Amino acid sequence: MELTEIAEIEIDTLLDAIRRRYDYDFSNYARSSLKRRINGLLIKEKLDMPYQLIPRILYDEEVFNRFLSELSVTVTELYREPEFFLNLVESIFPVLNTYPYFKIWHAGCATGEEAYSLAVLLKEAGLLSRAKIYATDYNNKSIDIAKQGIYSAENIKAGNKGYLKAGGKHSFSDYYTDHHGAIKFDDELKNSITFAYHNLVKDGVFGEMNLIICRNVFIYFDTELQNYVLNLFNESAISKGFLCLGNKETIRFSILKDKFDTLSEGNSIYRKKD
Amino acid sequence: MKNTAIEVKFIAIGVSAGGFEVLNTLVTQLPADFSLPIAIVQHRSADSSGYLAEHLDISAKIKVKDVFDKEPISPGIVYLAPPDYHLLIERGFFFSLSRDDKVNFSRPSIDVLFESAADIYRQACLAIILTGKNHDGAMGLAKIVATGGTAIVQNPGSAQASEMPIAAIKKVPTASVYTLSQITAYLITLNKNQKK
Repeated sequence: MELTEIAEIEIDTLLDAIRRRYDYDFSNYARSSLKRRINGLLIKEKLDMPYQLIPRILYDEEVFNRFLSELSVTVTELYREPEFFLNLVESIFPVLNTYPYFKIWHAGCATGEEAYSLAVLLKEAGLLSRAKIYATDYNNKSIDIAKQGIYSAENIKAGNKGYLKAGGKHSFSDYYTDHHGAIKFDDELKNSITFAYHNLVKDGVFGEMNLIICRNVFIYFDTELQNYVLNLFNESAISKGFLCLGNKETIRFSILKDKFDTLSEGNSIYRKKD
Repeated sequence: MKNTAIEVKFIAIGVSAGGFEVLNTLVTQLPADFSLPIAIVQHRSADSSGYLAEHLDISAKIKVKDVFDKEPISPGIVYLAPPDYHLLIERGFFFSLSRDDKVNFSRPSIDVLFESAADIYRQACLAIILTGKNHDGAMGLAKIVATGGTAIVQNPGSAQASEMPIAAIKKVPTASVYTLSQITAYLITLNKNQKK
């Protein structure tokens, strides 16, 4: 047997240990990026081989938490890919406007930047008071950061640029205050979002959603897990509800592709059929 | 030229500064019946559009496109890593994308593509480093060779930016060093030999 095949057994064994010890199942994550992340953790932990992680993770919860952070922390920014937000404002907001009350699920919200970006645009469209936004992630540390609504002022310039490209009509600075050199989003925005723990791999349906946003999460899943989660979204969405994936994520390769109409190929915006 | 007896099933190309011109030359000369999949990492800014793929697709005789996540790898198509995503190969021969940290200050990174391509295709992988001003791809090329694959580097003297080819040759001294027209000829010959 070749060494790389043995390394695969090591990784399978590690993932099995994690699943049984901590109830997190990574076995249907896209394998190649998962391997890169495990290698990244090995370097940080000063280890050489995946099997060396097994006893550490089994007996030291802190090592597992670092593993989880390594796997779950995604780079996220305010108004990343502003053309998506513009598409949202122009195509989906008018439909949301026809409902007296509507629900949005932002799945895999990480540290919350996109959820706040969305809340700002809803407020500008006069829709925020009718919206209930659920933003979920499987990393509790990320959720804690999101709940604070405080972000480094460093990226605010890029955020402002994105806000304007996304069709922002006022000044982005109207929505936050300086907070010891960082920025803090207004309470009205913060209170409009319910940040909560939810693991797409094992937790259930979030009911009756008008809009589900899950961007750049699917890329970390294999096709089987993508199908599973897409089914979860299909069951969570109302008839004619919207689904937004990352720009390079598509339902085209999924067995559930016929459950949705494609509204925007470029921005991966779909609408559930009747 | 090095023998093409080993059956190549996948071609990975890494290119940075000066890439537009060399890709334009290389890709447009591939014949319509080119039957191998080619994946290209061209360093470009995070907010660049799909212009590169569109332009090459119009000029080339074979299909050129930006990759979608979990897209199956088909023969005779040139796949480009989309801006701001790493491009990886998965078991079962399809692509995946990732937004993980930059590698060598780059996303997409050539090392990321080459390392995962080496994992999956092993000796059936051909990897090529073209013009560029950094060191991305050198480590990945070393892994391609370590798993039995074939390494080609553009002759630094003939490359618009020589740093990347020089770094690759330094890391992989056994790599074949060819000019761009030799590389094109190599690929065309490889394609002919595939058909026998």
